[in-house]
Formats: sequence, structure tokens, C-alpha cells
Amino acid sequence: MALSDKDRIFTNLYGLKPWNLKDAQKRGDWDGTAAILARGRDAIIEEIKNSGLRGRGGAGFPTGMKWSFMPKQSDGKPVYLVVNGDESEPGTCKDRDIIRHDPHKLVEGCLIAGFAMGATAGYIYVRGEYFNEIAVLEAAIREAYEAGLLGKNACGSGYDYDLYVHRGAGAYICGEETALIESLEGKKGTPRLKPPFPAAMGLYGRPTTVNNVETIAVVPTIMRRGGAWFGSFGRPKNQGTKVFCISGHVNKPCNVEAEMSIPMRELIERYAGGVRGGWDNLLCVIPGGSSTPLLPKHICDDVLMDFDALREHKSGLGTAGLIVMDKSTDIVKAIQRLSQFYKHESCGQCTPCREGMGWVNRMMLRMVEGDAEIAEIDVLEQVTRQIEGHTICALADGGVWPVQGLIRHFRPEMERRIYARKGVPMPMAAE
Amino acid sequence: MAKVTVDGIEVEVPNGSSVLQACEAAGKEIPRFCYHERLSVAGNCRMCLVEVERAPKPVASCAYPVMDGMKVFTDTPVVRNARRGVMEFLLINHPLDCPICDQGGECDLQDQAFGYGKDISRFHEPKRAVKDKYVGPLVKTVMTRCIQCTRCVRFAAEIAGVPELGATNRGENMEIGTYVEKALTSELSGNLIDICPVGALTSRPYAFVARPWELTKTDGIDVLDATGTPIRIDTRAAEVLRIMPRQNDDVNEEWMADRGRFSFDGLKRRRLDRPWLRRDGKLVPATWEEAMIAVAEGFKGRVGGIVGDTVDAESIFALKSLLAGLGSANMDCRQDGAAITGENRAHYLFNSTIAGIEEADALIVIGANPRTEAPVINARIRKAYLAGLKVGYVGPKGLDLTYRYTHLGEGPEALDTDFLAGAQKPVVILGRGALTRPDAAAVLARAWALANPSAEWNGFNLLHHFGGQVGALELGFLPGPGGLDLAGMLAPGALDALWLLGADGFEASRIPAGTFVVYQGHHGEAAASRADVILPGAAYTEKDGTWVNTEGRVQRGFTAVQPPGEAKPDWRILRAAAAALDVAVPFDTLEQLRAAHPLFAAEGLRKAEPGAAPVGGALGSEPFALPLKNYWQAEPIGRASPTMAECAKVYLGAVPALAAE
Repeated sequence: MALSDKDRIFTNLYGLKPWNLKDAQKRGDWDGTAAILARGRDAIIEEIKNSGLRGRGGAGFPTGMKWSFMPKQSDGKPVYLVVNGDESEPGTCKDRDIIRHDPHKLVEGCLIAGFAMGATAGYIYVRGEYFNEIAVLEAAIREAYEAGLLGKNACGSGYDYDLYVHRGAGAYICGEETALIESLEGKKGTPRLKPPFPAAMGLYGRPTTVNNVETIAVVPTIMRRGGAWFGSFGRPKNQGTKVFCISGHVNKPCNVEAEMSIPMRELIERYAGGVRGGWDNLLCVIPGGSSTPLLPKHICDDVLMDFDALREHKSGLGTAGLIVMDKSTDIVKAIQRLSQFYKHESCGQCTPCREGMGWVNRMMLRMVEGDAEIAEIDVLEQVTRQIEGHTICALADGGVWPVQGLIRHFRPEMERRIYARKGVPMPMAAE
Repeated sequence: MAKVTVDGIEVEVPNGSSVLQACEAAGKEIPRFCYHERLSVAGNCRMCLVEVERAPKPVASCAYPVMDGMKVFTDTPVVRNARRGVMEFLLINHPLDCPICDQGGECDLQDQAFGYGKDISRFHEPKRAVKDKYVGPLVKTVMTRCIQCTRCVRFAAEIAGVPELGATNRGENMEIGTYVEKALTSELSGNLIDICPVGALTSRPYAFVARPWELTKTDGIDVLDATGTPIRIDTRAAEVLRIMPRQNDDVNEEWMADRGRFSFDGLKRRRLDRPWLRRDGKLVPATWEEAMIAVAEGFKGRVGGIVGDTVDAESIFALKSLLAGLGSANMDCRQDGAAITGENRAHYLFNSTIAGIEEADALIVIGANPRTEAPVINARIRKAYLAGLKVGYVGPKGLDLTYRYTHLGEGPEALDTDFLAGAQKPVVILGRGALTRPDAAAVLARAWALANPSAEWNGFNLLHHFGGQVGALELGFLPGPGGLDLAGMLAPGALDALWLLGADGFEASRIPAGTFVVYQGHHGEAAASRADVILPGAAYTEKDGTWVNTEGRVQRGFTAVQPPGEAKPDWRILRAAAAALDVAVPFDTLEQLRAAHPLFAAEGLRKAEPGAAPVGGALGSEPFALPLKNYWQAEPIGRASPTMAECAKVYLGAVPALAAE
């Protein structure tokens, strides 16, 4: 059962209509915002909890619960909402379309979310490469200010709220929430130690919640149509609709909003025109942005696209950026390229990530050529385990998972290359 | 308090402690590189990982707060493997050049590699190399050895207050440096060498000089500023090779100023290593016997003595005894002419104590630059400032003290301030330089009144410049009844003979012609060239001695090396002179000397009761001037030191000062 158009949140995801305030209002944005705010902070958080919305940035933390960590009573000092638009995960481009084609969903979401957590101001951190998108977003915010929807007495609700856009400088690590806060403060983007968590000490030492663009952008629609409506899609604990980014060897790469827990095969065949050369030409899929381990075809045949189903297969939904690879792919080289990316993007703070990523990448470079010993595949595996879980942030984990996925599913291919380079026939099990 | 169980051992630690502190309380040693107890927590080396019950991953113990009832495991397979993993990562790009590394033998990485390192390397890729950076004449860098722990970055930013170091680039290309290559502008830069856990930052003067296990280590006291930093003098044979700070939380914590650390190469140059006599207007080498005969013949009539700024208390006492035996009350230790009387000790001590600065809630510095006069005390002020202390300053405008302050004015009129009003524990730091003014008594009285000392809290502090100054005051080396002070002794025709004990701090040309001058000391500067007899003495590393720091803290140093050539410990020279002059002094040994004055009874802080307030006159209007223009070459040892000359050249653009010979 495909998601029908009436249940789609991002009705202008493809930019077929203008993004401006007038047209956005025609699509239902900014409708009765004051009434939503009038329901009060607790009611909004309760509604979001009921919807089962989980963070759309990759980690999938329940959004309502995250908001409830913010201080209930103001101490008179600022509290911040920070929106993470530093969308840098390879294979992911959903926030970009939201920002450039449906910015008012995000702006309105910032107001509602900011109100729900008692924020005095919101910052939208957008990666610097999204130059045109930032221009649109800033224009949309200007429109909202001029219409009295933001600023003093936003939407006539009596609530004062300012919203700012900040441009990142292009570091992947600045998408990590505490590194983003550091960067926003004007420092080098390096993740902070937790605890203290941002909800206790975040931006400028004040309570802060960091949410993904998509998470915030779906909030107004949830508030208008009800948490139960949003929760009716997908499996329990994996509810709602989600923008999937399908790229790679498919006939029609696209961003598409679909319900959660949609089978991967259906998602690819219905919306992306199927795998190039037919489903049987599929080699593997990276299901949730580059940091999730790849899944070979036999898993892709029937896996569902949600947090729990992918976790069962030792992968993850991540940002829901599917990278589809057909049988023409040099899979070792593809994963090597990802490990090079993570080596380049490691902030250099923690020893295992700083030193280990370079080591992994160099070993992967040799694996591409088969210039290694069979035992080194195990060394590679051990090194990734030595990195994983030993660092401040999750970049290191995400950086080694692709390699672990490769070894898990394509070890024979890696061994074949090593034997081929040595000119030795691959040993076969005697049966 | 929180109850924490570490490997089955239950300990109680204060709330807010880290797991690492709890582990230490339980007697478990946790390996670490980036963690340093006096710096902020970075948590990035990942060496201190431990397992905490119910935590999904091993946690960095240095950064993880304790919770009541927490169970910590420091010796599980997970922990051991995590540490071995981190150690392997640290070593893959670390050049294994220990045989040519100056850190060898005292390297944290080396030590911990014994515990957690593998015996073979699995790393077959090319190693990283990093270009060395120039960070000044004192600190040598070998950046390939850097393990990016960022201790140096945090030290510079937090303790030294010069945020000039930082990391550039990301990931394995991350490099520590000064962004734009330049010399670090800190008087505490030598401490970077101590806190660097590997051989990335080492001492430039000490490069390739010695191995730590070859060195004999002797406790001493740094006398080159008045902080009284306890030091460890590392020697091999007859040479001082290195000076490092010891730890004393009441004085220096574990820091040390650069001048004290690096100027010791001046101890090997321009030394007086044999007696000299003036014959026919020219100084000629002599034997000790000839010198003593000359002293016995010349040092009589109306005699007087002046002591220098870094002399040990024993020698001062010996000279005082000698002069007393000759019936002279002409004594002075105030070469700068500072208006300090010995009547009330509280008037010349750092009464709040150095550690007491941290208790203060408001502080005014008057006529001093603590950053150059006592860099370690300045670091303590900065520490208190970071914890909320408000600082006011009276003196020249535009000074960078490494912390923000309210500039109250340039002259004495600014002393009429309510900056300390309402403070429970006010502190006033008066520079010794401010007491060399004509209106010194009034400045002293006004500063005392500002501090408003009571029996509970005395926040009046005089900041002296050198390590021997307070000791001389404590021993009362000041004009006795009817005695002459420095200016009086230098008046034409006032004296027949003058004894200069390490006294180089005034214009030697002021000594009137015809006065018989005995110069006793270790460096011959202008005063020595004026002398009729030169008696070679010992520097502070070459004698057992007692020094009193600006707080009145009595501390003892020991003989690290013998004085060069024929030079001798100063109290012995004076004892011999007393014999030659046929004067009875109450000691034959150092023990007897020390028994003869209560100052030597015990080491430690000798506090002063506030007593009566000083009486002042009218304040002048002249702005305060800072006395020490050249931090690096403020005294004879620094002026003889090539390292300090290099520093002066780099930091001041000055030509090296030449001793008058």
C-alpha cells in the first residue's frame, strides 16, 4: 500500500510550486499556528511523544522525550533550539530539498519546537555548500518576520522567538551535535564530552536541543493532524512517514516521502524505477547513508526500511539515504572510498579515530588491489573493532561500520583479489 | 560524598569527582596522556578507559562523573583490550626514535608501552611525519612525536594565559602549533616541556645533553625571583644540566618561571673562580692567603656592608656577625633604596600567602608587573581570576597581565579607590618597585590602609623581586642604631672600607674613590671591577643555604655541584675573614651558625602579625614606573646566560648585555 498524496507532509518536495509564504500557506503551512501554541508546552510534547516520532538525523532518538529533557522552569537566561542542517552524510540529500522547496515547514517547526522546549531563540546550522538553499531559507525567515509569524509576539501568541541561520564551513564532523555547537560558538568543530549533555549545557553553556531539519519540519503537520495520524504509518516504534533518498544504480534516483517500514524492494522499484538492469542485477544496498553497513541482495530482498528491522541485520536506518549498487560495482573500492572519506573527516581529537581511520584506509587501499595477506583481513577487522566504541563521538563507529559490513558480506571477494594478485588459485573446500 | 566501588574496593569521593579520581582513591593506577589534574579535561587520548556497570561502552574515566553506588572495573578484558588498542594506535604513527629522543627514560608513552604495548607491530603502512615548529628559543619541538593530547594547548590557554597554541587541520593531519609561526610569549613556557607526555616538546638548551638516569638530583630553591619555587637541580659530575620545579601546592603548584629554569648556563660563564687583588691599580690573580692578608690589612676603620639580592641567609648572617664584631652598624640590603624598615615584618611580607590569593574576592596590583616579577604568582592570580576574582591595577597602562583587570590609574592618586569596598578578603599586591619612590612611605601606608589588615585576614602583600631579599630583611641586615644606610655609606668620606656580598644591584661608580672595597660573590660585574679584593663565592646551586621567599617562607637548598675553581661557600669565606680580622663570631660550622639565629630553626612559613599600620606622608603625583625592564636579564646570572641573551634578543630585540670586565 503506497502512501497516498493526502498523507504526504512535504507536498512541495520536488519544488513544483513556489516556496514562498503565500504559496506555502496555500499548502497549509502556518495554519492555526497560534492555536497550536495556545495548547501549551506540555500538550505539544505529549502530542509528539504520541506520534512516535524518532529523530531523523540518523540516531533515531525519540523526539518528544528529547524535548522533555529541557528545563521546565525558566531561570530567566536563554535556552536554545539548534536545528542541524549540516547534512553531510554521503547518500543523503533530504534536508536540502526541504530547505529549498519547503522552507516554511522548517521555519514553522522551529517556532513550535522552540515554544515546546521554552527556547528563547533558534539557530539553523546549514552546511556552507548549500548556498542557494540558505538564500531561500533566509528569505523565508524574512517573510515570516514581516508577516509577524516570528520575532516579538510570534503569530500573536505572546511568545517572543528569534530565528537565525548559520552557515557551516563544510566539515562533516560539524553534523555531530556537540561539534555543531562548538562550531556555532565559533570554535573548531570538535565533539564535546558527554555528560554534560546539551540539554543541560549546550550552546554558550545553556540548555540546548539539537534536532535534524526533517524532524523539526514534520512537527507542524503532526500538530495539525495529530500524533495518532502520524503514528498510524509504519510498525510500532518505527512510526511515521520519512523522506528516503535513493541514489546509485537505480533508474530514477530520487527523494521520496514514504511510510516507514516499507519493504526496501518496494521502495526501490516503486519510486526509483528499480535497479539498473533489474532486481537480479543488485549487488548490495547501503541502507541509511554511508556510515551504515551494506546489505547484500539476499537481505535486501525482504528487509523492511525501519530502525529495528535494519538493526536486526546489523545495519541501520541512519538518515535513510539508500545507496544502491549493482553487480558492476567494485565493492571493495567503493567501501575504500568511504573509509577515505571518514579518514578525511575525522576531527583528530580521539586517538583511535585519528590514528585508526588512516590505518584502515591504507589497508583498504591495499585490499582494493589485493596487495595484502589473507590474515590482514582479520587485522583490518580487529582494527575496526579497536576503533569502534572507544571514542567521544560516533563518527568513528560510523566510519568503521562500512568496512565491517564489507568483511561480513564480501570477504570471499577480498580473498579472491589477494589470491589473484599472488597468482595462486583460490583454495576450495574439499567436499 | 559518593560511594563508588572500584574493583570491589569501596571508596568515598566527593560528588563531582571523576571516575579516575575515584580509582586513584582506591589505589588503582589509571594510565593517561591527556589528563592532567591542573588542566581542564579533554578526554581525547582514550587511554584511561574503564568499565562502568550498566554503561554500554567503556568510558573515559577522566571525564566521567561519579555517581553514588557506581561500580567501576579497571582490570577486565574489555578494559585491557581497549587500552592495548589505544596504545597500538598511538604507536603506529609515533616515530620509534627513543634512542635519540630527549624524553627517553622519562616518557609517559614509553612507560605505558611497557604495560600495554604489543611486542610486534601490525602496522605496515608508511608513518606520518610532521614538520617541526619554531615556538621560541626555549622549547624545542619534534612534532612527529606529538600524540595530540593537547595538554600544551590547554596549559597555554588556561595556566599561562597566552592562548597562542592550538590545533590546525583534522584527523591524522592534526598538528599542534602557533598557527602563524612565532615564539610563545609566556614566561612560563618551560612548563610545556614538563607537561608534554612525549618528546614532542623538549628543552632546547638541554637537547642531546644527558639521559635522566645519568643525573644526580638535588633539591634546591629558585632564587631568581621572590616566589621561592622549590627546584630539583639535575647535575652530572660538576655541571648543572637542568633545573626542574618540584611540587609545592602552597607555592608554585608545579610550575616554574623560565628565568629560573633556563638561566643556569650563566652559572658556567663569567664566574669569579679565584681571588683577585688590586695591585698598582690593576686587578691581579692571587691566592686565598694573599687575599685574606689584604682583607685583614684593608678592612678596618669605619666599615660597612651591603648584601645583594640572591644571597643565602647563612652568608648574610655571617657578614652581619662579622660587622657586629668590628663594631659596625653600617649595613644595608636594599640596593634599590626601597623604603622598607625592619620594624614590622608584616610591612614587607606577602601576608595573604600565595595560595591565599585563591581565597581573595578582590585584588589590586600596585606598581608591579607580576607577570614578569613573579610569573608563577601571576599564574595563581590568573587561576583565581578564572574562578571569579576581580582584579584592579594601578600602574602603567596597556600591560598584558594574562587576565582582565580594571585599570584604576597610573599614579598614587588612583590609590584613593573604592575598588576593594565590600570585599571580605581584599588583597593588595604592592610592587617593591613602588617603594623606591620619594613618597614610598606614603604609598606603603596607603596600600596598607587599602588592604585594611585584621588579625583574621591580612591581604597586604609586598612583592619582592629576588629570592634573597626577604631573608636579609628577616635577619635585620639594615642600618643599626647610628648606622648608615646604602646612600649614607656611599657618601664621599663616609667609610674607609666596604664589604659587598653579591651586591651588584647599584651603580658601582657611586662608591667613592679611596674606599677599600671587598667584593664577595660569584659573578663579577661592575662592582667586582671596582673592588680592591675579590673573594670568589658560590652560586645558589653550589651551597647549602636557606632562602626566604616573599611570603616569609623559609626554605632550604642543598649543594648540587661544588663551586668552580677556588671559589668557596660564602659563609666559610666570611668565617675565614673573621679569623683574619681577629673578630669573634659565634660559629665554626654551618650547624652552629644556624643555631645562632631563630630564622634557621625550622623550614616553613613564618607569618607576621599585622601590628601597627605604617606611617606615611603626603602622596606624590609621579606615575608608577616598573623597575624590571628586561625579564630575561634582570640579574647577573641571567646576564651571563647565553640562553637568556637569546630570549632577550627574540622577545625584546635587545642586544645581549655585556658584563663590565
